Amino acid sequence: MAEKKEKKPLDLNRRQMPKQPPEVRKYNFNEVAFGYPEDVAVEEAKRCIMCKKARCVQNCPVEIDIPAFIQAVADRNFAEGIRIIKQKNCLPAICGRVCPQEDQCEKTCTLVKKEGQLAIGRLERFLADWEARQGHVEMPDIPEWTGKNVAVVGGGPAGLTVAGDLILRGHRVTIFEALHRLGGVLVYGIPEFRLPKEIVNREVEYLKRLGVEVHTDFVVGKTRTIDSLLEEYDAIFVGSGAGLPWFMNIPGENLNGVYSANEYLTRLNLMKGYLFPTYHTPIKAHRRVAVIGGGNVAMDCARSALRLGAESRIIYRRSREELPARFEEVENAEEEGVIFDFLTLPLRYIGDENGWVKEMVIQKMELGEPDDSGRRRPVPIEGSEETWPVDAVVCAIGNSPNPLIGTTTPGLKLGKKGNIEADEETGMTSREKIWAGGDIVTGAATVILAMGAGRKAANSIHDYLMGGNGHGNGADDGSGANTASDANAGADQNTT
Amino acid sequence: MFRILACRMIVPNMHILTVEAPAVAREVQPGQFIIIRAEEEGERIPLSVSDWDRERGTVTTIFMSIGRTTHRLARLRSGEYLPTVVGPLGNASEIEHFGTVLLLGGCYGIGSLYPIARALKEKGNRVFVVIEARSSYLFYWEDRYRMLVDGVHHITRDGSKGIKGHIGRVPEILASLGEPVDRVIINGCTFCLKRGSDATRALGITTIVDLNPIMIDGTGMCGVCRVTVGGETKFACVQGPEFDGHEVDWEELSQRRKTYMAEEVIPLRTSKCEEHMHGEEHERKEKHGQAAAPGEPPGRERKQPQHTGEVS
Ligand SMILES: Cc1cc2nc3c(=O)[nH]c(=O)nc-3n(C[C@H](O)[C@H](O)[C@H](O)COP(=O)(O)OP(=O)(O)OC[C@H]3O[C@@H](n4cnc5c(N)ncnc54)[C@H](O)[C@@H]3O)c2cc1C
Ligand SMILES: Cc1cc2nc3c(=O)[nH]c(=O)nc-3n(C[C@H](O)[C@H](O)[C@H](O)COP(=O)(O)OP(=O)(O)OC[C@H]3O[C@@H](n4cnc5c(N)ncnc54)[C@H](O)[C@@H]3O)c2cc1C
Ligand code: SF4
Ligand code: SF4
Ligand code: FES
Repeated sequence: MAEKKEKKPLDLNRRQMPKQPPEVRKYNFNEVAFGYPEDVAVEEAKRCIMCKKARCVQNCPVEIDIPAFIQAVADRNFAEGIRIIKQKNCLPAICGRVCPQEDQCEKTCTLVKKEGQLAIGRLERFLADWEARQGHVEMPDIPEWTGKNVAVVGGGPAGLTVAGDLILRGHRVTIFEALHRLGGVLVYGIPEFRLPKEIVNREVEYLKRLGVEVHTDFVVGKTRTIDSLLEEYDAIFVGSGAGLPWFMNIPGENLNGVYSANEYLTRLNLMKGYLFPTYHTPIKAHRRVAVIGGGNVAMDCARSALRLGAESRIIYRRSREELPARFEEVENAEEEGVIFDFLTLPLRYIGDENGWVKEMVIQKMELGEPDDSGRRRPVPIEGSEETWPVDAVVCAIGNSPNPLIGTTTPGLKLGKKGNIEADEETGMTSREKIWAGGDIVTGAATVILAMGAGRKAANSIHDYLMGGNGHGNGADDGSGANTASDANAGADQNTT
Repeated sequence: MFRILACRMIVPNMHILTVEAPAVAREVQPGQFIIIRAEEEGERIPLSVSDWDRERGTVTTIFMSIGRTTHRLARLRSGEYLPTVVGPLGNASEIEHFGTVLLLGGCYGIGSLYPIARALKEKGNRVFVVIEARSSYLFYWEDRYRMLVDGVHHITRDGSKGIKGHIGRVPEILASLGEPVDRVIINGCTFCLKRGSDATRALGITTIVDLNPIMIDGTGMCGVCRVTVGGETKFACVQGPEFDGHEVDWEELSQRRKTYMAEEVIPLRTSKCEEHMHGEEHERKEKHGQAAAPGEPPGRERKQPQHTGEVS
């Protein structure tokens, strides 16, 4: 694939992606980054040194053949580039935008040492957008029906991946989604300015054209149980994602104006509250919004609040170094004027006479000894309490798994936190014919990890449906890595 | 898409909607609700299921026209479609042989109690029903109840039928039954739930209420439906909507339900639907949860934003 190249000096100048200027974008919900223009994409691609042992690939959970697609960009053979990506990733426009590349493929890029790691995600996005602009999406051939039916619970990235993989292998696939739209967090959580919903819809439409059947407005566990679905389906994949938002259990959290991140973002994104009253679901424009937490979710809330006209701050109990959010998003938030209060812990909220939050009491922290996670533990500073005026608080400290499936499926083994227990390599659960993957298994993680889990489960389901034991054809009893790569090899053949 | 089979006003401002939703109809139990959207741009709103037909695959709900979504819903006719009908959501009512049960319903609760009454009768309970309204012409389904239960009582604000007053007078009815009551179940607006629970507290009768906080997804994802019961935060859509009425933090619930009051009137104002009166506002002014009666002065007073920094 990679052509031999003459030795030339390393180009460590990672190309910038044009963005809306901060003072403009903080007043709109349009996408922040414009994506590479063609020439810049080609320049960036040419920086890749086509490593023999491409360490970038090892760190992509769906193992895209990165050097090959980058070579195609460098050669301006964009159609080939997108084809290579799509062998492994059915949602490139999405992953190119929201993957935490600095922790995945780009982290192990050979060029990273001099901070010039190749912009793999941006190039992936470039190709996906290029394909969309062509207005013609290549439709793969679908093999004849195998006679097997698969139900997928939840239309998030995990579920979409399973559906895409299995339909391409000739199984009939039906997705059951509780909300009125497919996409999971991609449509209800991640805001328009980071991931335009049009892109998600495009990918969903593609799956539908492939023949995936979709039932929205269908809550598995309520509308029908898993066991009832098993009467009709030969296998079920559960990708029901995160549910029940956490609160800190401090006084005042049920005051008006205190939201969970999920509520705030769902109003905005799924229900299009930022277009109220054209769309009917209201969202409040507040003056001073405090967002509790430091992850991607917190950044999204803080930047949304800013766009609704508020003074917006992030309240995080550790320091900047520990922020779990993608670096790019932290930078974007800072540029836009989100205020960061590090080493700060909310203690309680105080309401006005109508039950609206009006103040929060916080305590300052300092970093002490490292904790289990290896990060230094924040320790309260005595006597550092302060009272700050706020008129809204968004709690973005995480979720527990969605409980509906666990509580309505007897015999399905759950973890301590209510997550579904599933084998890491196959996605098999404690019950036959039921697989699971994504946030419902791992707790809040990332789009690409959910997709990776979906891919593994799809391989295992396929194997099982074709008469295997779910561990990959011919594998005697699944010694971890082997079986996974077996299964992946199988995927190759069937999806190309 | 879900086809509407019937949608009509049954008493002033109260509408009955029957919609084809076979998957919901197959599973629904007394006390559960659905979430609907009335149009593509619409909000998701929860409505209790008041009846169903498993064979025909239909569910029926009774709703009060109080705001944008319910106004829109009230204008839909048979043959039209709803983009979303999802359910059955929430836990089913606890139905057992309790002995004697008193059901207390106001406004849409008169409808949503009906399946509960039916299930309780099937379990061999003695069942009495108290229905409550502003005036006698706002009662509906009395005949259905009369054929089903052991006694129907009325409370009206204007005294046009039964006891004159509001739901707080229910102890008089309890006393008049001549038998001890083992359980009270209340459905309807927040005011009715609260006053009913207050009235039974001193009597020590277990009182179950169907709470109606604001909801979005109804699957335990967004957390907007949280209520405080017995000092603990509960998500009404997955842990309710039935709770012990004596343990509910009513003040918090009423306040939380008003969160979007300022926003809710914007579309009404801009569409000049001045004649529509707001449910909650009405409730506060009239200390009563019944629908605005026709011929009343239209929305006399507009709600003022209760809070600085809102759009208004
Ligand atoms: C605000 C926000 C920002 C994020 N930003 C990033 C980012 O930048 N990069 C990144 O990689 N990751 C990000 N993440 C994390 C990422 O989105 C998730 O890890 C990923 O979406 C998990 O995918 P999933 O398929 O497991 O579940 P989900 O995306 O949660 O999808 C689950 C789906 O199942 C449906 N469902 C649930 N229960 C049922 C049921 N009983 N019946 C039927 N359907 C059901 C849900 O409605 C939902 O549509 C972010 C998350 C949030 C909330
Ligand atoms: C479990 C449950 C069952 C219900 N059953 C019925 C029923 O059978 N019949 C009936 O008439 N009403 C029922 N309600 C109340 C009904 O959901 C509201 O009347 C409806 O949402 C009003 O919407 P609107 O757009 O017409 O009015 P709006 O003007 O938007 O709102 C009027 C008031 O309704 C409440 N409300 C608004 N949006 C929501 C929402 N998304 N979820 C819940 N409450 C909201 C608020 O308190 C608001 O102040 C139920 C509520 C719940 C939670
Ligand atoms: S899918 Fe994500 S991890 Fe894989 S190459 Fe693309 S951006 Fe990198
Ligand atoms: S590690 Fe970096 S330089 Fe090497 S092939 Fe991958 S992207 Fe190119
Ligand atoms: S309605 Fe969203 S959690 Fe209950």
